[in-house]
Amino acid sequence: MNGWAADPAEAVFREEWGRLLATLVRWVGDFDLAEEVAADAIAAAVERWPVDGVPERPGAWLLTTARRRAVDILRRRQNYAAKLAVLKVEAERDELTRLTEPADDGGPDVIGDDRLRLFFTCCHPALAADARVALTLRYLAGLSTAQVARAFLVPEGTMAQRLVRAKQKIGAAGIPYRVPSATELPGRLPAVLSVVYVVFTEAYAASNGAALLRPELADEAIRLARILHRLLPAEPEVTGLLALLLLVDARRDARVDDAGDLVLLDDQDRSRWDPAEVAEGRALVLDALRHRPPGAYALQAAIAAVHDEAPTAAATDWPQIVGLYDALRATAPSPVVDLNRAVAVAMAHGPAAGLALLDELAAGGALDRFHPLHAACARLLDRLDRPADAVVAYRRAIELCGNDAERAFLLRCLAAAESRAGPPDDR
Amino acid sequence: MQYLLLIYSEPATEASAQSQMDAEMAEWFAYDEAIRKSGVYVDGNALQPTATATTLRLKDGERVVTDGPFAETREVLGGYYLVDVPDLDTALDWAAKCPGARYGSMEIRPITVFDQG
Repeated sequence: MNGWAADPAEAVFREEWGRLLATLVRWVGDFDLAEEVAADAIAAAVERWPVDGVPERPGAWLLTTARRRAVDILRRRQNYAAKLAVLKVEAERDELTRLTEPADDGGPDVIGDDRLRLFFTCCHPALAADARVALTLRYLAGLSTAQVARAFLVPEGTMAQRLVRAKQKIGAAGIPYRVPSATELPGRLPAVLSVVYVVFTEAYAASNGAALLRPELADEAIRLARILHRLLPAEPEVTGLLALLLLVDARRDARVDDAGDLVLLDDQDRSRWDPAEVAEGRALVLDALRHRPPGAYALQAAIAAVHDEAPTAAATDWPQIVGLYDALRATAPSPVVDLNRAVAVAMAHGPAAGLALLDELAAGGALDRFHPLHAACARLLDRLDRPADAVVAYRRAIELCGNDAERAFLLRCLAAAESRAGPPDDR
Repeated sequence: MQYLLLIYSEPATEASAQSQMDAEMAEWFAYDEAIRKSGVYVDGNALQPTATATTLRLKDGERVVTDGPFAETREVLGGYYLVDVPDLDTALDWAAKCPGARYGSMEIRPITVFDQG
């Protein structure tokens, strides 16, 4: 096995952790014990495999080792609940034998189902939104607690506490460990998709801090979306989400210049976009759009695809983008969608038409503390040759922006607008 | 697991029309009948308005009895159902069917089981 010699623990851990944990939680019915024995099994693998060689079915080896540890620990606990748990784990022997058989036997994908269960438990709406993201990164993406803490920009102790509280709620509130039925799925899937989407957007516009982009977080979001897509290939919004992430991520390298500064879509070097990601995303979005009416992720992916297909910024099919935003507004209305649509209208029909829509939106007040609104107004005012008004809007955007790289970009725009506006007079 | 489904609502400020009250009562009766027949029902009651409530605290062993509920909030506890169901999702399904979910909000609280071992 190549690659894992560099950091064997990390490689084994990341590859098998989510799968191992998902099955163990079902067997022992307890996140903490599942986590403990999964970690033990991986530690044993790190020790044994370099000596004995990697087993033919590494997943089954890990599961067997973890199961033995779980039985040992439960036997020592001596209480009634533990005795019941031992009986349950012992009863999984048959299943383990099935799991050790070759994978392509056409049997049910037991481990796949377990991972899906774990997704729905970690993303249960009864959990706080930030707890859902933390649990998913820890238990499905296999990030360490320290890594999850870094993703949230909080101290490790804080994150450890948050995870403990979330696990306690799962146990105490009786959040079930099961895949929702077909009738429940439409109500429960959005929470799962939203967790993956939040991880991705946080990677892309780190809401506070210095880095504009946290690529490791974007990779995790795409990995999670791929797992979900494998588990639920017929769900159009899962396909749409994966497509969206790939089509936006394709521009990753062009989004930041060599100095680490933000480059807007219009100014990006399109030769640096990742053609493989664009191609994969396009194929997925076509698939997702076949479903009528198309879902919100599929429509956002379609918008990203129209951008990705334009050889130059000037060649962008803006009327089509406006049409897609109209559809998105019907499916998932939100002030942010209105904002993006207004920007598209400005591109398709001129800055005055766009600004009129933005003014309407600003009057609504919902986005008053949302810096992209003020930045968009500023850019259009700039294009309409109203630098003095642009200066005011840029200042408001800068005041509200939490990301250092984005603020630096806005400061450069502000300086340019100020020099065009000339010295402030005494009106 | 046992869950208490707590029914919260804002107290009515003015009397509603008789026809509307009858319609609401019919919804409550239908729900009550459904939950009792389902086998998940353990207990359930409607409470008298908060104006009838009395609060008691012990301060240094002395009873301090005051009029009214403990805290003034907009939504007040109006009644409850105690259900025995396999998990939170099932409890949420029963809470969603309750007319109280439309007229106010439902709080779902698991009952603590004290370890006998």
